[in-house]
Amino acid sequence: MAQNKKKKSEFAKLPTEDKILTGAGYALLAAFCLAIIIPMVYIILASFIDPVTLQNQGLTFDFSKWTLTAYQRVLSNSQIWIGFKNALLYSVLFTIISLVVTLLAAYPMSRDDFKGKGFFNLLFMITMFFGGGLIPTYLLISKLHMLDSMWAVILPPAFGVYNMIVARTYYQGIPRDLQEAAEIDGANEMVYFFRVLLPVCTPIIATIAMWNFVGMWNSYFDAMIYLNSASKQPLQLVLRSILIQSQPEPGMVADTQSTAQRAQLAELLKYATIIISSIPLLIMYPFFQRYFDSGIMAGAVKG
Amino acid sequence: MSKASSASAVGAGRRDKGLHNTLVYIRQHWQLYVLFMLPAFLLTIIFRYIPMGGVLIAFEEYNPFRGIFGSEWVGLEHFQRFLNSPDFMRYLTNTLKLSIYGLLWGFPAPILLAFLLNRVLSTSLKQKIQLVLYMPNFISVIVLCGIVRILLSPTGLLNMMLGTNWNFMTMPSAFRTIYIASGIWQGAGWGSIIYTAALSNASTDLKEAAVIDGANIIQQIKAVEWPAIKDTVLIQFIMSVGNIMSVGFEKAYALQTDLNLASSEIISTYVYKVGLLDGNYGFSTAVGLFNTVINVILLITMNEVVKRMNDGKGMY
Repeated sequence: MAQNKKKKSEFAKLPTEDKILTGAGYALLAAFCLAIIIPMVYIILASFIDPVTLQNQGLTFDFSKWTLTAYQRVLSNSQIWIGFKNALLYSVLFTIISLVVTLLAAYPMSRDDFKGKGFFNLLFMITMFFGGGLIPTYLLISKLHMLDSMWAVILPPAFGVYNMIVARTYYQGIPRDLQEAAEIDGANEMVYFFRVLLPVCTPIIATIAMWNFVGMWNSYFDAMIYLNSASKQPLQLVLRSILIQSQPEPGMVADTQSTAQRAQLAELLKYATIIISSIPLLIMYPFFQRYFDSGIMAGAVKG
Repeated sequence: MSKASSASAVGAGRRDKGLHNTLVYIRQHWQLYVLFMLPAFLLTIIFRYIPMGGVLIAFEEYNPFRGIFGSEWVGLEHFQRFLNSPDFMRYLTNTLKLSIYGLLWGFPAPILLAFLLNRVLSTSLKQKIQLVLYMPNFISVIVLCGIVRILLSPTGLLNMMLGTNWNFMTMPSAFRTIYIASGIWQGAGWGSIIYTAALSNASTDLKEAAVIDGANIIQQIKAVEWPAIKDTVLIQFIMSVGNIMSVGFEKAYALQTDLNLASSEIISTYVYKVGLLDGNYGFSTAVGLFNTVINVILLITMNEVVKRMNDGKGMY
């Protein structure tokens, strides 16, 4: 209550033209927030409404027209569960492998005395600007017999140069005394790295892990070109056929009578699919939030 | 560690001694090379450098059975064919328009949001707003494009509000607006983080002094806040310009329909279609290489610009 009063007086103290500007600023922010919230609320509400009603009348609060059909159809389909399972598997594996490779490589690169630093730096930097492109990479994956294998999606991006730079910069901010003390105690590089350095770097490790996990969970291109079997498709590919190609899994709409009905149902399934697929990220969002700040600091490194 | 560096100082000027010292260093610190660097080194060589060698097929009539070294050499034929084709200018301008307009509209949006957030008087309200603004960043490209398609469908929310039944997804003239607006919707909040951080570094003393002197908001922005974020804005802008040719494949492809291709076909989606779907490996690689080379030139130029302004320190 007292805080509320203080706020009001702070606003009241402003000169008139500043009041107008501040008010306009609040209005703009409110408009931006509404532009984010309204579509989300609309999709949540629409996912519960019977397809015919939705198409003819739009949103309705006549609850007799509400139904859980869409959720039942999507959730009882095995493909979406396979998608979830694969996405989780690929994202967890990718996060672990990528963290290990990237955090390890960042350590020698953070040491002033590391011989060959210039060479490795150049080697890695070039890959940030120049690459073989789509077809040569595809041909390589096919030569390595990795087509239709999850490793084609996980291994090629596993070493992230940008993440390595972020980790390296963070290591360099750790006081040197720690390392010298460890060396006097006779610790070798491995012991120092795992016992001393990593434990004080948890914020940046968590941040990179978050980037890796979200990045892999949300991407679809590599999976689209390398994974053909339905049993290996990650969630985003399953979503793609439902949301973008409007081709729900046959099982979801098999019992419909006409093509028109099927098309209506396919539309309705989109709403429920969006909601269902967003639940895991919504659950993780508060957890991620703790690392936004360290994410900013790391992001500032690049600039 | 200190032993090795002092030893190398003694051996300076004598090559064999230097080499010897390096070998001693490597023997002492073999773990750095074998355990720490090797995984990253191998991944880089295999998945980054070997495909770079593969760009040779841009100059060949690639035949999968004869391989890279057995296929017929055609020189610059693919490049000539692409540059002379009527579609070339269309794909190039589509790519450039999408990224330049995207930059024009998308770049100021997060800066504006950061200024607005900075003016929110209550901290708890500010945090709640930020929570909402950051959320779309975590939505995947597919879900984002799915939402866009639902809202813009002939029976969707936008048409309901306008009282019309346009099919926006099939209109070439609407594609860029859809792409850029949805990009701002998704990314502006998240993009504002870096500017919010820069703004919070603005000297509070300076700001208080300005307020006591009776500076109004416009004057405060000019004298205190803009100077605090100017450098960040400049660096971000130059990096965005350097990346103008690397428009992402994923979103453009997910927003394409057969009917909006006139404006939605960009170089990266064309490379995918002509290469992997039609199987013209050599030609597709040539188009991709063309795009990469322009991008590299842009990046190097932009890096030089930064160096000039930044006392010889570039971005990379």
